[in-house]
Amino acid sequence: MNQAVYLQTSQHSSMSFKQLLNLYRLEAKFEWLKTIRNPAFALPAILFPALFYVFFGVVMNQDNIQAASYLLCTYGTFGVMGPALFSFGAGLAVERGQGWLDIKEASPMPGSAQIVSRVLVSMGFSVLILLTLGLVAGLLAGVTLSVGQSVMLSVILILGGLPFCLLGLTLGLLLKAESAPAVVNVIYLPISFLSGLWIPITMLPSFLQSFAQFLPPYHLAQLALKVTGQDVGGRVWMHIAVLALFSVTFFATSLWAFNKK
Amino acid sequence: MQQHAVESISPTSSIISVNHLTKSFAETKALNDLCLDITSNRVLAILGANGAGKTTLINILLGRLQADSGDVSVFSSKAGNQEVKRQTGAMLQVANLPETLKIKEHIQLFQSYYPNPMPYEKVIEYAGLAELQNRYSKKLSGGEKQRLLFALSICGNPKLLFLDEPSVGMDVESRQSLWRAIRDLKSQGTSIVLTTHYLQEADALADEIVLLKQGKVIKRGTSEQIKASVSSTTIRFHSQQPSEVFNALEGAVQVSSNGKYTQIQTHQVNQTLKALLNQYADIEDLTVSSAGLEDAFLQLNDDNSGELQ
Repeated sequence: MNQAVYLQTSQHSSMSFKQLLNLYRLEAKFEWLKTIRNPAFALPAILFPALFYVFFGVVMNQDNIQAASYLLCTYGTFGVMGPALFSFGAGLAVERGQGWLDIKEASPMPGSAQIVSRVLVSMGFSVLILLTLGLVAGLLAGVTLSVGQSVMLSVILILGGLPFCLLGLTLGLLLKAESAPAVVNVIYLPISFLSGLWIPITMLPSFLQSFAQFLPPYHLAQLALKVTGQDVGGRVWMHIAVLALFSVTFFATSLWAFNKK
Repeated sequence: MQQHAVESISPTSSIISVNHLTKSFAETKALNDLCLDITSNRVLAILGANGAGKTTLINILLGRLQADSGDVSVFSSKAGNQEVKRQTGAMLQVANLPETLKIKEHIQLFQSYYPNPMPYEKVIEYAGLAELQNRYSKKLSGGEKQRLLFALSICGNPKLLFLDEPSVGMDVESRQSLWRAIRDLKSQGTSIVLTTHYLQEADALADEIVLLKQGKVIKRGTSEQIKASVSSTTIRFHSQQPSEVFNALEGAVQVSSNGKYTQIQTHQVNQTLKALLNQYADIEDLTVSSAGLEDAFLQLNDDNSGELQ
């Protein structure tokens, strides 16, 4: 009588391709709604890069279109890093602290759905950030990029957010909810400055210019500056290789952090 | 499809089997050589004081924690395996949900995680959330939040449902409707493992109760069996006498005073009562009651013999 209950046949425990697709779609959709409905996150993420750009690229830099287009590339880099680091880093740490991730972990949600949806949301924010920056650059700073250049720049920056998503993921898994936003800022702001995102890298002292080689935002900004021909002349494949290396490293650290907790 | 699945489970088949499970955190043993077999189509309540090992056990059964030694199988598979998770629901204690999603959105999302989700209307009805579907989770009270977590735990039409302190923060009405839902799910073929601090809840719902202490099962049985295992009866009355004098009565095990009432615990009700009424004339408001689940719980838990079973 005491027979064990085995798993039900596959039709009860496996998901069709269509069901899985729907799962990822809804996860991404609700991750997006959850984030965009939080004005304390969404407004600064979208408006800060544009605001900084208005100060440094428009107001303080009168009529120098070269400088304005340079700063468009670097503030674009600065902009896409924000949601990547914060949505993953701070957002994940908060949900983890609340015990909400425990519920998700106990459910059959694939872990990758959580990661894919957050990457897509970061990319969605990148699009909004680049649109506002583009508008400011075009209307107020008089920057003129061809359609091809605009598309190229957008693609580079949107895809280039990936290593920062993975860095954010590591931080989100390691940090406590209360301290996460502060720690993320302590990383985000200095590496942005040291990578030449706020003032051009060539204006930094030479030892800082050498140090910038070790920072991922520097390489993303250099790739972006290739589009306007204003980079310092590094090779494209080298920048891509460094960013890929950082992505792999941060992915490994996030796996380590996940298993550690 | 659903019919077929239910029929294939015979009433006494085993769903969870736990053998010689041990788990320590630092120096403390949370679970100590624990053995437990859980059969289908029943409500099992796991009781125990804080630190008895309830949460550790549930986390191991969900595959979220690895045991140090011993083995666990759920549906004859590894706990926490994806196929097992698709047939399992879990309501855990959560401080807060993501605030900017509506109740219906949370439910729709969790439904998408399962191959055969429970229809939306049914989830809403079981959890009593019909009025709150468009409410953001930011604006939920403690009890409403619990109802949402319950809804999420049943979204997948689980064959096995874990409920960790489900009725915390619920008002009487919500609790009653939660109990109705649990009974109904059981009658549909769901096995339920419940932990609770409300002994009344275990008494009302559980087919079987397991008492944990220091990571071991110290008692297992139906609510009636557990109450009966504590054989003492309480005689309560009002008297002018100081309570110490009643210690001398035949059969009295323990005497205590509680406000204006004196209580005598006894194993021989007839003798004690007879002696009491013969010797003292001023006894008023006399009641005799057998031990409730709470008395049994306290007494079993106080017994120092951890090896009771």
